[in-house]
Amino acid sequence: MAKRCRRHIVKMVYDIGAGHPGGSLSAIDMLVGLYGHRLRVDPSNPDWADRDRFIMSKGHASPGVYAALHERGFITAEDMASYRRLGGACQGHVDMKWCPGVDFSAGSLGMGLSFGMGCSIAASLDGSARTSWVMLGDGELQEGQVWEAVMAANHHEIGNLKVIVDRNGIQNDDFCEVQMRVFDVAEKFIAFGWAVKEIDGHDMSAVVEAIDWADSVTEGPACIVMHTVKGKGVSFMENNPKFHGAAPTPEQYELAKEELA
Amino acid sequence: MSAPSGGGASRDGYGQALLAMVDDDQIVVLEADLGKSTKSCLFRAEKPSHTFCLGIAEQNMMLVAAGLATSGYVPFASTFAIFTERAFEQVRNGIARPNIIVHICGSHGGIHTGTDGSSAQSIEDLAIYRTLPNMTVLHPSDDVSAKALTLALRHHDHPSYTRTARNKVARAYSEESAAELTIGKGHVHREGDDVAILACGVMLNEALEAADTLATQGIQATVVDMHTIKPLDETLVNELSLNCGAIVTAEDHSIIGGLGGAVAECLSANIPTPLERIGVADRFGESGDSDELLAMLGMKAVDIVKAANRAISRK
Repeated sequence: MAKRCRRHIVKMVYDIGAGHPGGSLSAIDMLVGLYGHRLRVDPSNPDWADRDRFIMSKGHASPGVYAALHERGFITAEDMASYRRLGGACQGHVDMKWCPGVDFSAGSLGMGLSFGMGCSIAASLDGSARTSWVMLGDGELQEGQVWEAVMAANHHEIGNLKVIVDRNGIQNDDFCEVQMRVFDVAEKFIAFGWAVKEIDGHDMSAVVEAIDWADSVTEGPACIVMHTVKGKGVSFMENNPKFHGAAPTPEQYELAKEELA
Repeated sequence: MSAPSGGGASRDGYGQALLAMVDDDQIVVLEADLGKSTKSCLFRAEKPSHTFCLGIAEQNMMLVAAGLATSGYVPFASTFAIFTERAFEQVRNGIARPNIIVHICGSHGGIHTGTDGSSAQSIEDLAIYRTLPNMTVLHPSDDVSAKALTLALRHHDHPSYTRTARNKVARAYSEESAAELTIGKGHVHREGDDVAILACGVMLNEALEAADTLATQGIQATVVDMHTIKPLDETLVNELSLNCGAIVTAEDHSIIGGLGGAVAECLSANIPTPLERIGVADRFGESGDSDELLAMLGMKAVDIVKAANRAISRK
């Protein structure tokens, strides 16, 4: 499923000649883990009130979400082909008003964790076991609002809120180390009182194990820091800041298809 | 004008409205360490289970509210008007854009806020929120109307921004007259054919006082409480431009982009009519008491009278 998703991601970006393949490819193994293993969602009833929520806060990694939603049965191949096109379900950044299965309209970094917290508070008020899962980018951690939310989530002891940080080390302009160092992400969350687990975000058994671990944390919020490779699976995209937000050339696309065959 | 001590502050009306909804389990209240000031503290005292303090962190508060709203709750989130502006982009992208029904209240708006000085005196909030698609923008005049309009938001189908004021003003409403208020419809307090004064917030009292003075000069003024800045009651504005032929707007806000701006846009697109705008003339405020500041900035009833005469002379 992960390899199919990688093919979807590269195809979507290639077909429209724009988009964000790097952060989609780094996140996709976790997305497969969540949609394939954990999330209680119903493709035949995307607005089911008691579904788990998945919030892709780094909304530019939309091809990854669309690929997972397609594999889970929420959207069609035609929907994926509408990526970034006028009137399409698959807007440039994930949008809850356009795409079935999308729980949050992202695109401006730093907002998703706060939104997920609101969803989790609502679940608690309802007495529901539904859970909110939020994925953040590591560059996104530079947004101050993230830390407002990190502080508040532990203060309010929100045990049905799970965060995944995609620690791929690259942001729009360059490596995080160059743009603005985010240092030890796990230590930061620990300092705010969160339960934290670090994993290799491309090891599927570790991904599944980490999801189960996060579920077992109920007294407060939990964070999985997954160490990943931006562009994972496509040789020329791997660890290459150029492919944060760029499409492959026709020659590169052929090579990518071979590598993901 | 009756003594302010006999009146109420619109922020009190907001708090009273929340309190009146305390038995409604869909209502959730969010605060950013200013609940005592915005008066959401009244709700909190009665229903802490549905009140969430997010600390001094307005950006987070706006999106927590959005998350609650998409899960079946009706959030009322408040802080100072000026600090909601800090989270403007959160409101834009996280609330207005997906049309998530969150009700934001910004208290202590305008220079009427007084001695705290210019850092606390939002004079641009109405303008910026008015630019957002899907947003409803309210600015009630006193506590009684603020309560009625806040209660009307309970079943409103769009996100909203309500600006309330810190200080008491004479009441322009009774419980009965406030019950007639409708979001999106201006409330006519006085009718006259020579000039129409469209006011909002604390300036409604100045407008009513100005109309009294104008009457002694033989000038009959219509006075409207334009408590809804967006959607603007264009039908009423057009009607008044035809009937009176001269318009004055009065707001405790920049004359750029708020009520004056909205009315100017409406008139120029429909029935070009002489318009004079009373408000803060493209400058910041400063510390002082409310009346001193209104006088210094040319926003007292006497200034509205002069503006009315100017508008009439331009017919």
